[in-house]
Amino acid sequence: MNNLSDILDFCKDLAFDLHFKKAKKWKSSYEDRILVGYFPIYFPREIIHAVNGMPVGIMGTGDRKQIIKGDAYYQSYICHLPRGVIEMALDDNLNDFDGFIFPSICDCIRNLSGMFKLAEKGKFQRYFDYPQNFDKATGGLFYRNEMEKIIDDMYKINKIKLTPENLNNSIKLYNTNRRLIEEIYNIRQEFPWRLSAVDTYHVIRAGLSMPVEEHNLIIEEVISHISEDIGEQMDNIRVVISGSFCEQPPVGLIKSIEMAGCYIVDDDFMLGSRWIQGDVRDDTADPLGELVNSYLTQSPISSAVYDVDNPKGKRLVDLAQRRNADGIIFSAASFCDPALLDRPELQKECDNSGIAYITFQYHENTGQFKMIKEQAGTFSDSIKLWV
Amino acid sequence: MKTEQQEVIKEKSMLIQKDMLSNLFKELSNTHQTGKKVVYTFVPGNLTELILAFDMLPVYPEINALQSGMRKKSASYIREAEKIGFSEDVCTYVKCDIGMMLNGNVGPTGEKLPPPDLLLLSYTGCFTFMKWFENLARLYPGVPVAMLHTPYQEDGCITQDQIDYMVKQLKEEVIPKMEMVSGKKFDMERLSKMMINSAESEDLLVKILETAKNKPSPIDAYFAGVYYIGPMFTAFRGTDEAVGYYTELNNEIQERLSLGLGPITPEGELKEEKFRLVVEGPPNWTNFREFWKIFYDMGAVIVASSYTKVGGVYDLGFRHDYREPLESLSKYCMGCYTNMNLPQRVNLLADYVKDYRADGFLINSIKSCNSFSAGQLMIMREIEQKMEVPVGFIESDLVDPRYFSYSNIKNRLESFFQMLEQRKVIMAHEN
Ligand code: SF4
Ligand code: SF4
Repeated sequence: MNNLSDILDFCKDLAFDLHFKKAKKWKSSYEDRILVGYFPIYFPREIIHAVNGMPVGIMGTGDRKQIIKGDAYYQSYICHLPRGVIEMALDDNLNDFDGFIFPSICDCIRNLSGMFKLAEKGKFQRYFDYPQNFDKATGGLFYRNEMEKIIDDMYKINKIKLTPENLNNSIKLYNTNRRLIEEIYNIRQEFPWRLSAVDTYHVIRAGLSMPVEEHNLIIEEVISHISEDIGEQMDNIRVVISGSFCEQPPVGLIKSIEMAGCYIVDDDFMLGSRWIQGDVRDDTADPLGELVNSYLTQSPISSAVYDVDNPKGKRLVDLAQRRNADGIIFSAASFCDPALLDRPELQKECDNSGIAYITFQYHENTGQFKMIKEQAGTFSDSIKLWV
Repeated sequence: MKTEQQEVIKEKSMLIQKDMLSNLFKELSNTHQTGKKVVYTFVPGNLTELILAFDMLPVYPEINALQSGMRKKSASYIREAEKIGFSEDVCTYVKCDIGMMLNGNVGPTGEKLPPPDLLLLSYTGCFTFMKWFENLARLYPGVPVAMLHTPYQEDGCITQDQIDYMVKQLKEEVIPKMEMVSGKKFDMERLSKMMINSAESEDLLVKILETAKNKPSPIDAYFAGVYYIGPMFTAFRGTDEAVGYYTELNNEIQERLSLGLGPITPEGELKEEKFRLVVEGPPNWTNFREFWKIFYDMGAVIVASSYTKVGGVYDLGFRHDYREPLESLSKYCMGCYTNMNLPQRVNLLADYVKDYRADGFLINSIKSCNSFSAGQLMIMREIEQKMEVPVGFIESDLVDPRYFSYSNIKNRLESFFQMLEQRKVIMAHEN
C-alpha cells in the first residue's frame, strides 16, 4: 500500500492539472478512446465510460490560471467560472477533448454551451437539459432522449455501440466510486481530523480526470489509511457547507475554514461525483432506464432541481442533523443566481430548526481569506460558547 | 438629473391600450367580489390563451417589476428583499417582485393585486424563473404550482420529442391544475378559437414591427416596442380586444409610413432619422424616458431589437395554430428569444442588421440578467465580424437604479455615435 502523503500529493497535483495530462495520455494510448468534458454539476458519466470514453469534469480554473482573454468575454457581474473556462478553451488546455457537455444549471452555463458552439470547440458541444418533471413517462422519457443524443454524438466519433452489458459494468464501477466517497464522508463524520477537508477535496476532485477504476483503488487506499486512528483531534465545531456546487471555492478558503475551528463534515463541492444517493441497479436489461430512474428518484439537494414538492430547506436541515453538525456555512460564488436565490429560504429553514449559520461569497480566484477566517472563527467560538 | 419633459403625444391606440390595461387591473382588484381566479406567470412562454380559456386572469410579475421601476418604487422594494437575505448580486426583477409583495402587493395602478390562486411556472428561457417561483411558492403556502418545463433549443431547432414532452406536461400537469383551480372543464374548442385571434394579432404585430425596414422608420422597435407595441400582446393575446388594438395600431403606423413620418417618442416625433440601430438586451426601466431621450437627441432609431422577442419571435414565421392548440403552445414556448441558442441569436441579430439596414449594433447589458448578459460580448464580436458594422456596449440594470449611471451611458453612446458618423462619412466617400 502507498503511503498516505504520497497518495495525497498525487491527488493534489491531478486535481488541479488544468491541462488534463493524465486523461489525454489515457486517450492517446489506444485508438477509439474519447475524452468528453463535462461541467458542473452532475452528468451520468456511466454512458461515456461504457463506450470507451473518459468523462472529465471541468470545474474551472480556480486560482491556478491567470485570466487574460476570458475577461474580454464576460462582464464583471458574471461569476468567474465561465471566464476561466473560456480562457482554457482559447489556450490549448482543452485540445484533444472530443466533446463537451454543459449540464443545465444556470443561464451562464447554458450560454457557455453556445459560445463553445460558436467557437466550434470539440466535435460536439451539448447543453444537457434535465427534466424538471419527475414523472417517469414524461420527464423520464425526456431525460432518456437527452442521454441518447449524447450517446449518438459519441457513436459518431468512435463507432462504439452502447450495450447493456457495458453500461451495467460502468454503472457498477460508478456505484463503487460513490460508495467509497460516501465511506470517506462517513469516517470523517466521526473522525474529521483523520483527513483534512482540503485533502478530501483533492482526493475527490482528482477523480474527475482519471479512469474510475484507478480512482476506486486510490480511494480504497485512502480509506484503509483513515480507518486507522491517525491525526489529532482539535476542539473544532462541525459544519456543513452549502452553495459551492459549481464555481469552486479556492482551496485556501476551505483551509481557512478548517483552521478557523470548523471541521467540514459535509459539503457540496464535488456534488456531481456524489449525486446519486445510493446505488443504481446494475443488473437489468435496461441500464439506461436505471440511470433515468436514479436521476428522478435519487437526486440530492440541489439548486438545479425543481423542489416545490420536496423543499430543499428541510432536506438541508436533515443533512446537518444526520451529520451531527453544529452549524451551516452558506458559501456561494458571487453572482451565482442558483445558489444565492435559494439562500433566503434555506436560512429560514435553519432559523426554524435552530441551526446556526453564517454566509459569505467568494470568487474561485479569491486570494484574501482573512475576513472569512475571522468570520468562521467567530462562528466556531460562538457555537462552542453556547453548546 | 432633471429633464424638461413635454406633454407626451397620445395616439388613439395608446388610449385604447390604457383602457384595456386599467380594466384588467380593475378586474384584478375586484376578484374577491367576482370570484375570478388569478394566475401568476411569466412573459416568455406565457400560456395566455389557456389562462383566458379558463376565465382566469393573468398577472405577470416581470411586468409589475418593470412598472415599479418606471414608477420609481423598485429601489425600496429591492431593499426589502435584500433585508430578508436576497443577495445584491441576483436578478433584480425577482427582488423587486418579492419586495412589492412584502410591501402589500400594491400594483402599478395603485390598486392591491390579489394573491395568486395558481402559480404557473412556465420555465422558458431563463433559469431564474424556476428559483423565482420556488420562492413564491413558499411565500404563498398552499397555492398550487404548475411547472411547465420548456426544453432549450440546444440544437437550434425544435424537435418532435420536445413537443411531445411539453404537450404531455400540458395535459398531465398544467391543465389538470387549471381545472382544479378554476373549477371548469378544459374546453379545447374555446382555446382553439382564441388561437385564430392570436394568429391575427401576430400577423399584425409582425406587420407593425417590419415597418421599421423602411427609411425613415415610423416606429422605434425597442423603446416603443417594449412600451406600447409589445406589452398588450402578452396579457391579451387571443382576445377580440387584442385584434382591435393591433388593427388600430397598424392603421396608425401604416399612415405614418405613407406620410414618411418618423417614430413618436415621449419628446415628440423624431423629425430626422440619423442612425438606425439594432439593440440586443432589455432596457433600463428606472430611467426609461431619460434613456430613450439620449437616442432621440442623437437622431437614433432602433429598428429592431431582441427584447421585443422574449414573448415570441413571430417574424420568424411562428403563429399559434387553431388546428393544434397544445402543440402550438409548446412550439411557442420553445421559440421565444431567450430559449434560442447563441448561434441562433447571432444569426437572427445579423439578419436584423441586414434586413433593417442598420448602421450599427448596440448591446445594453443588464447587470442582473444572466439569461441575456452571459455570452453577449461574444455575440457582439460575432456581429462585428459578420456584418462589419460598428458595435457599441453599454451597461445598466432593469429596475435597480443603483446601476444606472446617466453620464457613463451618455459618454459611451456619444463615442458610439461618433463612430457611426465617421463610418457614414467614409462610406459616402467610397461611394
Ligand atoms: S457559479 Fe453559479 S452562476 Fe456561475 S456558472 Fe456556476 S451555477 Fe452558473
Ligand atoms: S434573469 Fe433576466 S430573464 Fe431571467 S427573470 Fe431575471 S431579468 Fe428576467
